[in-house]
Amino acid sequence: MLILTCPHCGIRAEETELAPGGEAHLKRRGPGHSDAAFEDYMFARKNPRGVHFERWRHAHGCGKWFLAARCTATLEVFGTYPARTSGPPPDILAAIRARRPGWEAGE
Amino acid sequence: MTRYSVFAVAREALRWHSGWQRAWHSPAPKKAYDVVIVGAGGHGLATACYLGKNHGIRNVAVIEKGWLGGGNTGRNTTIIRSNYLQDPSAAIYEKARSLYETLSQDLNYNVMFSPRGLLMLAQTHHEVRGYRRTVHANALQGVETRWIEPARVRELVPIMNIAGPRYPVLGALHQPRGGTARHDAVAWGYARACSAMGMDIIQQCEVTGVRIAGGQVQGIDTTKGAIDCRKLALVVAGHSSVLAEMAGFRLPIESMALQALVSEPVKPCLDVVVMANTVHGYLSQSDKGEMVIGGGTDGFNNYTQRGSWQHVEETVRALIETFPMLSRLKMLRQWGGIVDMTGDRSPILSKTPVGGIFVNCGWGTGGFKAIPGSGWAMAELVARGEPGPLAAEFGLDRFREGRFIDESVAAGVAH
Ligand SMILES: Cc1cc2nc3c(=O)[nH]c(=O)nc-3n(C[C@H](O)[C@H](O)[C@H](O)COP(=O)(O)OP(=O)(O)OC[C@H]3O[C@@H](n4cnc5c(N)ncnc54)[C@H](O)[C@@H]3O)c2cc1C
Ligand SMILES: [Zn+2]
Repeated sequence: MLILTCPHCGIRAEETELAPGGEAHLKRRGPGHSDAAFEDYMFARKNPRGVHFERWRHAHGCGKWFLAARCTATLEVFGTYPARTSGPPPDILAAIRARRPGWEAGE
Repeated sequence: MTRYSVFAVAREALRWHSGWQRAWHSPAPKKAYDVVIVGAGGHGLATACYLGKNHGIRNVAVIEKGWLGGGNTGRNTTIIRSNYLQDPSAAIYEKARSLYETLSQDLNYNVMFSPRGLLMLAQTHHEVRGYRRTVHANALQGVETRWIEPARVRELVPIMNIAGPRYPVLGALHQPRGGTARHDAVAWGYARACSAMGMDIIQQCEVTGVRIAGGQVQGIDTTKGAIDCRKLALVVAGHSSVLAEMAGFRLPIESMALQALVSEPVKPCLDVVVMANTVHGYLSQSDKGEMVIGGGTDGFNNYTQRGSWQHVEETVRALIETFPMLSRLKMLRQWGGIVDMTGDRSPILSKTPVGGIFVNCGWGTGGFKAIPGSGWAMAELVARGEPGPLAAEFGLDRFREGRFIDESVAAGVAH
């Protein structure tokens, strides 16, 4: 069972309390961009085997969105952080590097 | 390859079964092939098989990181049906279903296809309308399905409680020639046919890189060394994004865990396949007597072949109202597979941004039923470099162009 700590209310929430929301930090492309850029934003996904950043909502708790850094190959959780950021914060990156030496954040 | 037949069984019986040969060879990889297929699941093996049979391309290798059929092909609940709503889906799934009818004879390998009939229960008025619509669509597509009333459902499935307080059974979509087959045998049968045509099936060999020059595929790197190829087909289900990443492009795919479970064996009590989409569970009885149960996927990306307990609980809880006798059964085994989900719940058979690389993926929770048709269409795509009529609508370009083949509303439950 997946357990994530909600960075807003501090509750260690288990999966049934949470609603998954897909890949985090997507760059929005809309009017003015090419069809290919829009397609990328709408559909193309990293879906990595390894470190993954994703959106979650504390649906049956405080109701707020937050982000999580997780490993999809081991289900290890590196940390959670508020959704109000365009990239993973330094402490999360450090936590990942400590556990996955040599890991590089792709774009 | 010696043919399997009643005479072969008799001959071997007389010589203490000393003459049986291995069903396929396990050669070391050659330096180069015309076509390399990554993934020895049902779809990869069927693609290889029809490349040889339909297009005469036999200098082919199928590369598998584990053992053949050890991915989702050996983990699924074996439901076969073709009662989809959209025309392109009905075409490819019905092609597959009709190939299943004679697959044992065609492959000279018993895949135990059992067209025992399949019911999709309507437990809400919305579903009644939806399935009636599907029956009409299927009639136009030439797929034999019919709408049946609750009384007929009760006749077909006596163990069902059709008057449940919360989800009464209001009727069902019946596909009389839907059913099941033996999943391992489908992989083994195709593997044996490929090997007999001189193709190489290379197991315990992981693809670790894709070599590209001038926008054209040159070959692959594997744990057993480099292999050159003119064409490369990626048929790796839940690992499609990983292989695409090696080739430098992204796919509209998310990998998630899907689980299934089986009960202790009991006497025959259910001789059709039953799907209950509203409560999100489905059920059949195996030849050994086990009740085979499946449900929905987890909601998050996962490559561990391990799913969440809550989904098992949810599936079983849901089915118990409709099948009260299940509450007395012990469950024997539970397992998971990593399924490749697309947004419109339809597969991808497509050219890619790299010349000579083709993908076949996105079958998600429901690709076992499609194996023969998918292999047929994929072989055509790889051989000609352009999709034939079965694959044409399933290209990657449908996402950019908004031509979705939306089966997520129609299919409801996962499989
Ligand atoms: C629990 C469960 C129940 C299901 N129930 C049904 C059902 O009732 N009916 C139905 O129609 N479908 C069902 N499905 C879906 C069905 O199993 C799949 O759609 C289908 O088996 C996919 O086949 P495949 O050949 O594409 O993939 P797989 O059988 O998964 O084969 C892909 C192969 O690629 C290999 N591979 C991956 N990466 C590499 C690499 N780097 N190098 C070399 N090899 C690699 C893997 O080891 C694997 O063997 C179910 C799936 C699950 C998990
Ligand atoms: Zn919270």
